[in-house]
Amino acid sequence: MSNGIVISANKLTKRFGDFVAVDHISFEVNKGEIFGFLGANGAGKTTAMRMLCGLSLPTSGLATVAGLDVYKDNEKIKKSIGYMSQKFSLYDDLTVKENMQFYGGIYHKSNEFIKNKTAFILDQLHLQKEANVLVRSLPLGWKQKLAFSVAIFHEPEIVFLDEPTGGVDPVTRREFWNMIYQASELGITVFVTTHYMDEAEYCNRVSIMVDGRIEALDTPAQLKKNYGAASMDEVFLKLARKAVRAAD
Amino acid sequence: MEAVTIENIIKTYGKKKEVLALNDISFNVAQGELFGIIGPDGAGKTSLFRILTTLLLADSGKVTVDGFDVVKNYKAIRKRVGYMPGKFSLYPDLSVEENLNFFATIFNTSIKENYNLVKDIYVQIAPFKERKAGKLSGGMKQKLALCCALIHRPSVLFLDEPTTGVDAVSRKEFWEMLQGLKQLGITILVSTPYMDEANLCDKVALMQNGNMLSINTPEGIVNNFSNPLWAVKSSKMLQLLNELKATDFVADAYPFGEYHHVVMKDISGEGSLQQFIQTHSNTIIESKIVKPDIEDCFIALMKPLSPKGENGEDKHKMKVNE
Repeated sequence: MSNGIVISANKLTKRFGDFVAVDHISFEVNKGEIFGFLGANGAGKTTAMRMLCGLSLPTSGLATVAGLDVYKDNEKIKKSIGYMSQKFSLYDDLTVKENMQFYGGIYHKSNEFIKNKTAFILDQLHLQKEANVLVRSLPLGWKQKLAFSVAIFHEPEIVFLDEPTGGVDPVTRREFWNMIYQASELGITVFVTTHYMDEAEYCNRVSIMVDGRIEALDTPAQLKKNYGAASMDEVFLKLARKAVRAAD
Repeated sequence: MEAVTIENIIKTYGKKKEVLALNDISFNVAQGELFGIIGPDGAGKTSLFRILTTLLLADSGKVTVDGFDVVKNYKAIRKRVGYMPGKFSLYPDLSVEENLNFFATIFNTSIKENYNLVKDIYVQIAPFKERKAGKLSGGMKQKLALCCALIHRPSVLFLDEPTTGVDAVSRKEFWEMLQGLKQLGITILVSTPYMDEANLCDKVALMQNGNMLSINTPEGIVNNFSNPLWAVKSSKMLQLLNELKATDFVADAYPFGEYHHVVMKDISGEGSLQQFIQTHSNTIIESKIVKPDIEDCFIALMKPLSPKGENGEDKHKMKVNE
């Protein structure tokens, strides 16, 4: 899995006044890896993710994403990554096809690229008949799968997924993870947060943040071994219960 | 006595009633019960809660809460139920204490009178009682909302997805609070998309796309899962899954944490699986019989609704939404 490092953080820190939201975190993510980024509410996950996506400047420390510096090249980073969250992903009042054309357009893809890619995704998701349907009228499970396809529409090196499967039924949740595996096999690096601990098992490696710091980082199997735990749920509870600061 | 009775509730949305949110739902909740409504987004949980709390009219069917009809006696119901909506609905520019005081006053009571009900929860947010509710953290907002829903000593408490987006530790704490309230004799209806929370309820209703899949105790639901279930782990998980799905003795196979769960079509499938494991002994690391989880049951119950089409989705889902 060590065929190139696509995310590297070294003592990355973010302060808001006296509050250290992200406290000297260091880690590396390899190309094509599925990297689980776990932590309790308020542990600093979102702040860390915002820095890596070029949306928030760090207070100190170093980080590169797709070879780009988070201080100097934050605008370029935005072009090299894909992002999807549970809360906002697609435009409800645009059709399935229009959403794809829109995203293709803002990433400056050619008309031909957009046309081919749209056809490919519609085919892959069996959504040909729904191409001209408003996204609003799609069931949530379909929306989430479509949102993921749109997030990697421009073929980014890395895709950041912020709780992509919240509220999704158990069958669709598994179909969604199947898509994550496929993306990973194509060499797209997947950086994912989740509150479902069974999904932590599907990651190649998992980091767990507590009070702004990365308290543990390893493969799910090794983490369970290190903490003498039967499941990732137990590992998470053991670590997250150490938290002293209030949630959010 | 039944705290809640629901008979043949149908709710549709849209001009042509094209969205079927609740499809002929019936069940009862006994007094003092902790009753869970488990289902993904779009199951109809919020529509159901809004009907039960007299905020929404059903197209047809009959509902009583605490013996009162939700249509004829809606005023009586509003006085006796507590409702915590999925969205934070307190006054953000009032302080913690002011919010609680406000809710106590509109129900003609005082914090003092019912303090014993909220005490265990309120002490956790009391250090911040001067703080504006809008400035609280997510976990503290949730605790304040629960106090406000309780302060008039409701006989039935409705909690709509109180743990959505909440981390595993806070979820555990919230359920411990609910167990405490149950001890005080309050009937609680709680909805959640997290399958693992089903085990913390006395009784659960599993819902999907407006349909009731099953109503039972958590043990009852698990006991109704009659097919043999195995967990298998391999060094090539993706390949294993595809191979298992291609066999004729497997009814379903899907990832389940570090294992794949394998549902046999019938008891004879176990022998076939043993053979399969033998021939794949170089990659299979572990295999064992497992007890089904609520999530296994939910997946099995979902299947008739979404027959394995090209992408495992049924077209009729298109029309159904919350």
